[in-house]
Amino acid sequence: MLETIIQNLSTILPEVIVTVTLCVVLLVHLFDRKNIQMMTLLTVAGLLGAFYVLTGTIGTNTTAFSGMLSVDPFANFFKIVIVLATIVVALMSRTSDEVNAERSTIGEYYFLLLSMALGMMFMVGASNLLMMYLTLEMSSLSSYVASGFTRKAKDSSEASLKYLIYGAFSSGVMLYGISIIYGLTGTLDITAINSVLAQGSSSPLALIVATTFILVGFGYKISAVPFHFWTPDVYEGAPTAITAFLSVASKAAGFAMMMRAFKVMFIDPAATGLPDGSWAMLSGVHLQHALMVLSVLTMTLGNLVALWQDNVKRMLAYSSIAQAGYMLLGLVVLGNDGFSAVMIYFVVYLFMNLGAFYAVMLVANTLKSEHVDHYKGLGKRAPLLSVALAIFLVSLTGLPPTAGFIGKWMIFLSLINAKMIGIAIVGVLNSVVSLYYYVRIIRNMFLREAESGETAPLQFSFDQKMLLLFLLIPTLYFGLFFDQLVQFAQMSVQMFGVR
Amino acid sequence: MELNILNIGVLTWLTFLPVLGMIIVLLIPKEQKTAMRWTSLAFTLAQVVLACMVFAKFDRTLAGVNSADTMQFKELFNWINVKSTGWFGSIKIDYFLGIDGISMPMVFLTALISCIAVISSWNIEKSVKGYFALLLLLDTGMMGVFVSLDFFLFYIFWEVMLLPMYFLIGVWGGPRREYAAIKFFLYTLLGSVLLLLAMLALYFSVSVIDPATGEKIHTFNMLAMMDPANYDAGSILSGVSTYWRYMAYIAIFIGFAIKVPIFPFHTWLPDAHVEAPTAISVILAGVLLKMGTYGLMRIAFPIFPDAAMHYLYPLAFLGFVNIIYGALCAMAQKDFKKLIAYSSVSHMGIVILGMAAMNTQGMLGGMLQMFNHGTITAMLFLIVGVIYDRAHTRGLDDFGGLMNKMPKYSGIMVVAFFAAIGLPGLSGFISEAFSFLGAFQTFRWLTVASAFGIVLTAGYMLWTLQRVFLGTLPEKWNDLTDINGRELTMLIPLAIITIVLGIYPTLMLDVMNVSANTLVDLVRNSATAVTGN
Repeated sequence: MLETIIQNLSTILPEVIVTVTLCVVLLVHLFDRKNIQMMTLLTVAGLLGAFYVLTGTIGTNTTAFSGMLSVDPFANFFKIVIVLATIVVALMSRTSDEVNAERSTIGEYYFLLLSMALGMMFMVGASNLLMMYLTLEMSSLSSYVASGFTRKAKDSSEASLKYLIYGAFSSGVMLYGISIIYGLTGTLDITAINSVLAQGSSSPLALIVATTFILVGFGYKISAVPFHFWTPDVYEGAPTAITAFLSVASKAAGFAMMMRAFKVMFIDPAATGLPDGSWAMLSGVHLQHALMVLSVLTMTLGNLVALWQDNVKRMLAYSSIAQAGYMLLGLVVLGNDGFSAVMIYFVVYLFMNLGAFYAVMLVANTLKSEHVDHYKGLGKRAPLLSVALAIFLVSLTGLPPTAGFIGKWMIFLSLINAKMIGIAIVGVLNSVVSLYYYVRIIRNMFLREAESGETAPLQFSFDQKMLLLFLLIPTLYFGLFFDQLVQFAQMSVQMFGVR
Repeated sequence: MELNILNIGVLTWLTFLPVLGMIIVLLIPKEQKTAMRWTSLAFTLAQVVLACMVFAKFDRTLAGVNSADTMQFKELFNWINVKSTGWFGSIKIDYFLGIDGISMPMVFLTALISCIAVISSWNIEKSVKGYFALLLLLDTGMMGVFVSLDFFLFYIFWEVMLLPMYFLIGVWGGPRREYAAIKFFLYTLLGSVLLLLAMLALYFSVSVIDPATGEKIHTFNMLAMMDPANYDAGSILSGVSTYWRYMAYIAIFIGFAIKVPIFPFHTWLPDAHVEAPTAISVILAGVLLKMGTYGLMRIAFPIFPDAAMHYLYPLAFLGFVNIIYGALCAMAQKDFKKLIAYSSVSHMGIVILGMAAMNTQGMLGGMLQMFNHGTITAMLFLIVGVIYDRAHTRGLDDFGGLMNKMPKYSGIMVVAFFAAIGLPGLSGFISEAFSFLGAFQTFRWLTVASAFGIVLTAGYMLWTLQRVFLGTLPEKWNDLTDINGRELTMLIPLAIITIVLGIYPTLMLDVMNVSANTLVDLVRNSATAVTGN
């Protein structure tokens, strides 16, 4: 028994490395309480180690811990996204005023960041419903605390509490769904559930109830409408670095888990391997329609509400809801091309969304404001930052030649391939709407003069500029040369146990 | 026909020279504004020289349109190559450039107008670096649209233009610049997302054999999309005259119609023109509007000949509405620039009507009108710019008697005005005559009704001339100075072209003739093939 566990540990080496790192961070914190440089260094070093191992094991396709965890290309891909996001956020946090204000507990901050990342890394591999629930809770619990990290800020605590209540409720509903599935099939292993369900003896009504309830849990994690109510408040209240992390990594993990659950559990094993790469669902599972409604609601509401926001962080929160809507479009296709499009979108989204939040954080550091009016005249005061933010926003809109276009393009490619023209039209019209509020920030930065007459240039340190460029260059590069990225995503779409 | 400079094809040079210029402009220190101006001028002038070389070497006997063999100055490289995965075919996108008789005049026009725009921007003092950098980027986008033969590449260039244009109107424009800029941006983006969907539907419907692997792959190659044999059986756009083919044609049509702009998608144009600085108005009217009609000729007609024939009458009708509506609106304007903007709507209607005739005269007339309108309207906007620079007003009723005060200026103005009216001996006459001649054969009464637009044009143009240039000069304009050397430099080449093409239109018709014929045959034949079955 112990031997197999130790053997299995080697397959989850990246997670082990992150675990060790977070223990070290906690220990160091005991002796050197306020050393943020040291903490960042340790965190990033550990994550780079995990990143190195992950890139070295591309193509592994196995399970660990008696089928509890899949270690397959799909999980590997998302782990890379999560680890990259964590590295960027760790570096972001180092120069964040909000985080630095809580210097005495800085070790806890990095501990929370790492444990969130760890939970998410397990989430993307979980292939047992119980494991899914546990990992979801693990990442959520750290997120609750992290979003309330700035204890002195009132909205931060409010955000944390709201997040906790919503989270507890949704995961409760999800747990109920899981219990129904267990009652129907007598197992929690998703592959086994699939083979039991495929016999077709389960009550269709129970199945619908169960899938809907499970969808609630996922919907909450990816902040899909109507489970999104926590998102704007939490995103606005939490420290910007944590918001950025939640909007990218947490969403990625939620999507990965959802995609794995749906594909492995509800696919009709008799009808897989269709020539165009799409799958037939088990009869009685109407996921496609549910996802369609969810995605249209999510992007439309996200975009429409974002139009009215004056706080840039809150605007980006609604924008990230809308972005989740576009990604859900890729799921609607229920095919490998749709799934790989979502994965491509996440890589692109990682750079552009983290970039946008980073720029907002840098502005807030100096101007102490996230109000869109305070962005007026920024184009003159901070040219590099403004140009970078403009490019991130254009990329979020999905205009070429930025990477955001490629993300959307792949999604629409898969939709058109599946002949879902109507929903594709809704999608593109939404991106026209989104242009309006993204451009509002750009307009304030470049087209308007600062109201206060403040013209002093904003100063940024060398490493802040470098991090900004690190996020900016891929945003432009993948817009023009995306073949490697697409190929990597298409290769990584493979999950363990599914053809 | 090929032309390489330093082993790089001339079309790549034409397209990316401005980007090189942009990089250099960005590297010049902020204080040296003159250096930035001269750099921009040098690069756009080099572009004009290249365009002239291409024009001279262009083989007038090759058709192009749907045959890759007769495309000239071709450049074909693989750009994106995603290998096949079993469940999803490989994605191959080419960097495919080439020109034929349809694009040659546009390439020349783009180079010329960009250069003139740089000269007319000489007095810009606000953030000079940003201005010229964006102007040069815009130039690249425009040139790229006219030379790319791959739909994906075309789309990238098409969209690259949006952001520079937004800033150029939004930062350097007039009082309501923000409104005009975002309106332009939203309208055009709406059109281009529809274009995007149609492009993707085409992608999945068309496949060709990859010469390298022998594998059947989907393609964005426009020329492959024009061949019905390449459509996969059962794909969404296969067959002829199907529901989805009509839908895709309409989507593409709206995308281009917004750019032209065809009624009722035209409302962004007057706003954009009035608020934009002179040079940007010149580019907008001179080149950007042509992209819409160019797109119809390059993409909509040859790829969807069945739908094009099916919707020929509505198209002609929209052309008619544009002509009359544009002219009537122009007549009602009190703002000089807005008047010219509406006259653009009217004149682009002639292009649409000529194209919709779908015969050689009409098509040739439409193509020539695109070029002529580019030069004439550019002149008109420059003329407005000259007077606005001096008087800081554009109200038609504020002026009078400028003829005596500014004789040289008025001389140029007369050429431009009469060319716009369509006076024989000037270029506008030839293209309008051809368009109406062609259209008369296909749509008799519609053409007769449209020709009334010429009368209206003469009406508002002469009335404007009378109000601004004749009569007595108001006292306050006593110290107006006549046109200066720089302004003459940008106006005289355009005036010469207008006169030369009025006397000897063959110079340009020669270039377009074979391609126009081929295009008409392609659309007509595929349509008769359908009815024959």
